[in-house]
Amino acid sequence: MKNGAKALLTLPPAVYLFLFFAVPGLLMLLASFRFPGDYGGLAPWYYVEDGAITFDLTLENWARLFETTLYLQLLLKSLLFAVLTTAICALLAYPLALTIAASPKKHRDLLILMVILPFWSNFLVRIYAWMIIFSPQGALTEGLNHITGLLGLEPVNLMFSSVAVITCLVYVHLPFMVLPLYANLEKHDPALLDAAQDLGATRAQRFWKVTWPLSLPGLYAGAVLVFIPTLGIFAIPDLLGGTNGIMIGNVIKQQFVESRDWPFGSVLSLVLTGITLVLVVLAGRLGRTPGALT
Amino acid sequence: MLEIVNVSRRFGDFQALNEVSLQVQAGEFFTLLGPSGCGKTTLLRSIAGFDTPDSGDILLDGKSLLALPPEKRPVHTVFQSYALFPHMTVADNIAFPLRMSGVGKAEIERRVADVLEDVRLPDKAKHFPEELSGGQRQRIAIARALVNRPRLLLLDEPLSALDAKLREQMQIELINLQKEVGITFVYVTHDQGEALALSHRIAVMNKGEVSQIDEPSLLYSSPKNRFVADFIGQCNLLDGKVVSCDGATTRITIDGLGELAVQSNPNIPFNVGDDCALTLRPEKIRLAKSVAPESDEVHFPGTVHDMLYLGDVTVYIIEVKRDGHPVLIEALLANSAPGRARLLDTGDAVEICWPRDAGHLVR
Repeated sequence: MKNGAKALLTLPPAVYLFLFFAVPGLLMLLASFRFPGDYGGLAPWYYVEDGAITFDLTLENWARLFETTLYLQLLLKSLLFAVLTTAICALLAYPLALTIAASPKKHRDLLILMVILPFWSNFLVRIYAWMIIFSPQGALTEGLNHITGLLGLEPVNLMFSSVAVITCLVYVHLPFMVLPLYANLEKHDPALLDAAQDLGATRAQRFWKVTWPLSLPGLYAGAVLVFIPTLGIFAIPDLLGGTNGIMIGNVIKQQFVESRDWPFGSVLSLVLTGITLVLVVLAGRLGRTPGALT
Repeated sequence: MLEIVNVSRRFGDFQALNEVSLQVQAGEFFTLLGPSGCGKTTLLRSIAGFDTPDSGDILLDGKSLLALPPEKRPVHTVFQSYALFPHMTVADNIAFPLRMSGVGKAEIERRVADVLEDVRLPDKAKHFPEELSGGQRQRIAIARALVNRPRLLLLDEPLSALDAKLREQMQIELINLQKEVGITFVYVTHDQGEALALSHRIAVMNKGEVSQIDEPSLLYSSPKNRFVADFIGQCNLLDGKVVSCDGATTRITIDGLGELAVQSNPNIPFNVGDDCALTLRPEKIRLAKSVAPESDEVHFPGTVHDMLYLGDVTVYIIEVKRDGHPVLIEALLANSAPGRARLLDTGDAVEICWPRDAGHLVR
């Protein structure tokens, strides 16, 4: 193919990325140096007076990030929630994906369908369902408190807690971990396990020497798919977290919707995007195992 | 020595193996040959331990293997798909069985280097399998299976994924390698040419049973039954009935050819009136526009029905019509002399003859 034709082929994705990723990103970057408007939104970032241009920009928004440790703490806490959610999803999804991949071919599609079945109902409805489960009058809380009562402990309240938030985060994101893992595991040549066994590997050795390393790209893909949306999420902590379960996504949403402070909201968004990008690049590096199935 | 004793295996309604017994000598290159579904792969998997026979026993040097899981058997397999670990280098692949049995680091390095030398790929240690050609992967798979010197090496159609030219080269390498390492090879294939070329002995299998076990040349020249005659090489199978048995000579009548004398088969006793088949290799038949038969030859006129130019030889299908019922007989001529290829044409009247002892009588 001629170079010109190649350039023509890469043009549409390049334009797409420029319009929908680079331009908004740059606008956000610019907004993070601007003053908030009097009634929300943004103040103008330059004035033209007597033919001379005066820029009206500030570093104040960025400085605010470090004025208190509150935002950094929240960021750390959100990272912790996201890491925990990703880890729990991985722990739950791996055996499930392995079981589905090992089951007879005619059953696999049905099992995968069951994994994605929750997507057919509305996201908010599913969160409200968890509110019922976690409510103080719910069977779960009452049952738990019956036990804590017998043990002479304080009664617990699951609603509006970190436990509730992480539980729901795991519930919502589990399919995003199961699907890439399954897609990876399903492609493994069963002859590889036969060969490993034939050459003297026990069941545990077969898993750790063959299945596990070959499944890492699937695991990284799943981790990225769970980690990124979890880190920025606000709906779940909004509804289930109360004041204890608040995450960085809630604060960003507050800045834009309630405080109407777009410049500071942009600062927080950019920090979150930056952290996400770094972690995704790292995961991509890790995922590039030679000879591994991608 | 490997002994298979009355091994049977059933999958639902399908009898994969039916009372199979055979013995493989130490150091032998032994082949299980048969069409797909004949049970050869099931038998191989039973020896490796991936499948368990319903009855019978598998003994290696007098000890039963059946109680041992695959990882405990002193038997390694070369898989049809090679099954090299894609995430490991060639060296790590080969070191795998050594690591599993806890061999020391320095020893592993030495033995990996040695076996890479054996398969003539000493400079590929750091490569990944996906960077190798099909033939190289094949050799690495064999190296990996040989490196900790198993008592028995099982090869499951290892050359079927290679093209014809490379396959022939790998056949020669396999023969030499087996001679060098002296390990017993049990080889599974459906390719009769490959089996004849490689093996010390061949077990021809059909429908879960062993049809015949013999050296390649005996298998070819003295098949025990129609199936073996038909499966090994090209063969004319002429159905008939025994008319008389007289020691060395048996007289039979063949539909369409009439009565003729053939050599008796010392291994198969026939009675008058028995059904039989004369197996006749195409290369034993003389074919020309006119032939002068020797005194011990049978002789028929016919016409060329079809011809197949194969480069080195041309195969002719000759239609013989003696008493109304046409019989097709395959014969061939070497294309060595210039112009020979067009010596005969479809529809030409020809004559064929073959020595009385050329045919081999089976049931």
